[in-house]
Amino acid sequence: MSTLTLGKALNAGLRKAMENDPKVLVMGEDVGKLGGVFRITDGLQKDFGEERVIDTPLAESGIVGTAIGLALRGYRPVVEIQFDGFVFPAADQIITQLAKMRMRSLGALELPVVVRIPCGGGIGAVEHHSESPEAYFTHTAGLRVVACSNPLDAYSMIQQAVASPDPVIFFEPKRRYWDKAEVDTDAGAADWTPLHRAAVVRPGEHATLLAYGPAVKTCLEAAGAAAEEGRELEVIDLRSLNPLDIGTATDSVNRTGRCVVVHEAPVFNGYGAELAARITEKCFYRLESPVLRVGGFSTPYPPSRIEDHYLPDLDRILDAVDRTFAW
Amino acid sequence: MTIDSVRGAPDTPKVAEPELVQLLTPEGERVEHPDYPLDLSAEDVRGLYRDLVIVRRIDQEAVALTRQGELGLWASLLGQEAAQIGSGRAASANDMVFPTYREHGVAWCRDVEPLKLLGMFRGINHGGWDPKEHGFHLYTVVIGSQTLHATGYAMGVQRDGVLGTPSAGATIAYFGDGATSQGDVNESFVFASVFNAPIVFFCQNNQWAISEPLERQSRIPLYKRAQGFGFPGIRVDGNDVFACLAVTRKALENARTGQGPTLVEAYTYRMGAHTTTDDPTRYRLKAEEEAWKLKDPIERVKAYLVRGDLADAGFFQKIEDEAKQITRELREACLALPDPEPLSMFDHVYGEEHPLMTEEQEQFAAYLASFEEEAAK
Repeated sequence: MSTLTLGKALNAGLRKAMENDPKVLVMGEDVGKLGGVFRITDGLQKDFGEERVIDTPLAESGIVGTAIGLALRGYRPVVEIQFDGFVFPAADQIITQLAKMRMRSLGALELPVVVRIPCGGGIGAVEHHSESPEAYFTHTAGLRVVACSNPLDAYSMIQQAVASPDPVIFFEPKRRYWDKAEVDTDAGAADWTPLHRAAVVRPGEHATLLAYGPAVKTCLEAAGAAAEEGRELEVIDLRSLNPLDIGTATDSVNRTGRCVVVHEAPVFNGYGAELAARITEKCFYRLESPVLRVGGFSTPYPPSRIEDHYLPDLDRILDAVDRTFAW
Repeated sequence: MTIDSVRGAPDTPKVAEPELVQLLTPEGERVEHPDYPLDLSAEDVRGLYRDLVIVRRIDQEAVALTRQGELGLWASLLGQEAAQIGSGRAASANDMVFPTYREHGVAWCRDVEPLKLLGMFRGINHGGWDPKEHGFHLYTVVIGSQTLHATGYAMGVQRDGVLGTPSAGATIAYFGDGATSQGDVNESFVFASVFNAPIVFFCQNNQWAISEPLERQSRIPLYKRAQGFGFPGIRVDGNDVFACLAVTRKALENARTGQGPTLVEAYTYRMGAHTTTDDPTRYRLKAEEEAWKLKDPIERVKAYLVRGDLADAGFFQKIEDEAKQITRELREACLALPDPEPLSMFDHVYGEEHPLMTEEQEQFAAYLASFEEEAAK
C-alpha cells in the first residue's frame, strides 16, 4: 500500500501496463524527457526507451491518426492530449476514424487506443486549458468514455482502459492531480471495480448526487456539509460515461426519490441532460421532484479570475439540493 | 508579377510539359531511364495489359450500375488505371496499402473481390473485406485521413524491427491532389520524415479535386513538396504503367531497407467525373479531355505489344472476352446482394459488451417482431 497523488497513480498504472505488455506505447507532445506537462509520464521514457515513449511532433490529429496506424499494426498506444481544449484538432481522427473502424471492418480490426485528456478547470489557466468536452465524445458510438476522480481509480482505470479492445477516451481531472490517497499497487484486476461500473462513494438516504471526474470531490464536500444539517446525500461517482451504469444510479434514486446531477461542462445539452432524461424515464414514479442539474454556464470557459463562479461549488450544489426538497 | 485580388496568388508562368519519369511513350515506344531500369518479360507486359483492361471494364460496369440506381455512388478510376496497376503490382505481399475510395485497380492487385467494392457503394456495409488478409486497408472517405494511419502503421513496422530483413514490409498511402491541401497529409509528411518511417506516399494527381483545379491546391508541383519535409519526391508519368511500376518498386524497396519515406506524384488525369454525382462539363474544357485521351494508359501498352509482336489479335480478343465475363458475373452478383439484417447495425460497434448497445438492439428487435406478431393475428 502506498500513498500516491492521482498523477503519480496514473504514472504507476501506465508503468504497470507497459511492463505487462510490450506492445503498449505512450505517445504525445512532451511525454518523453519532460514527462508531460503534468509529469504523468515522468520517467517512462528513461525506463522504456524512445521507441515506446514517443515524443511526437506538435500535431494532435497526427498523434491520434498515427496511433490508429500503430494499433492496426498490433500496438496499444496510449496518447496524451496536453489539454482538453487541444483535442479538437484531433476530433476528426477520433470521431470519423477511431470510433468507427471496428464496425466498418465488420469486426476484423481492433483499435485498442487510449486517448488521455487532462480535463476541467480550477487551476487558474489561460483559455482552452480548462474545458470539459466529454459530451462530444459520449455522443459518438464506438468510443468508450471514462473519467477518474481519485488515485485508486486512476491507477486501476488506466490499466483497464489500456487492456480494453475498444478505443477509450480517458478524462483526468487536472485540478485533482495532486490529491493523495492510499493505493494498493500490488492489487490486480480481480480486486478492482470493473471499468464500466459506477461506485457509491458516500451512502445516503435523502437525495442522490450524480457526478464524475473533478465534481465528485466537490459533491462529497457538499454531502459532508449537508450531513451537518441532517440531510444524508448519497454520492455516486459514475466513473464510466459511455457505457453508462444506469442501474447503480437508478437503484439510488429509487431509494432517495431525489436527484441532482453535477458536472463542470455547460448544462445545456451537457452529459447531465442524458442523465436527467434516463433517471426520469426509469424512476418516474419514485421521484419526489424533477432531476436538477448543476454545472457550467452556456458561455466559453471564463477567465481564471472568475472561474470559481463558473465551476459548480459546494453552495451551488446545496442550493440545488434545497430546491429538490422545496418542490 | 502581379497579385490577383480574387485568386490571391501571384501570376506564375505555366509549364507546358512537366518533367516526369517515363518508360513508355504515349505512342508505345519503350524508353530507358538511368535511375529506373525495368526488366519485364512479354508475359509480364501481357499481364499488366490484362489488369488494365479488366479494371477499366469493372469501373465502367460500376458506373452503369450507378446510373441504373443499383449503387448509391461510384468514384470512377477512368484514366488512372496505369497509376493504380503500376503501383499496385509493385507492392509485395508483406506491404500494406492504405487507399482512398478510388483505388479499385489497386484493390484488384490485392485480390479484393470487386463485388466487395460494389457492396460498399451499394450500401451493404462500410467495408466488407478483411484488411489484414489482403494487405489492403478499408476505403477512407474523409480526405487524407488514411495517410496518418499509414504512417502510424509504418512506424509499427519500424518498431517490429524487421526493416532490412526479408520479412520487411513497406506501407503505401494513396491520396489525390486535393488531399495535399489537408492538414492530415501534411502532418503525416512531418511524422514520416522525423521518424524516417518506411512509407511511400503515392499521390495520384488527376488534376481536379471535384471542380477545383490543381492551381487551387498548390503553387508548386506536388512532388516538390517532399523536399520541404525532408524526403525525396518524384514525378512519374501516371499514364505509363511501366514507369509507375518501376518508380513505386524502388520507393517501396527504399522503405523496406530503412531509407525512409518517398513521395511519388503520379501525373495523370481523371477522365470521368469525380463521382457519379458530379458534372465535369460545368468546370472543364472538352479540349483538355481530348488532349489527355491521346495519353491513354491502355492504348500505349497495346501499341507496345503490337509493335514488338508480343501479342496477337487472339490475345486481345481473349482479354476482351474475359473482361466481359467478369463484369457479367459481377453485375449478376451485385444485383443478388441481399440487404443486411436491420439488427446488424448494432454488430461490431464495440469489442467488449456494451449494455446500451445490447439494450437498444433488444428493444429494436422486439419492435420489429411486433409487426410479425400483428401480421400473424
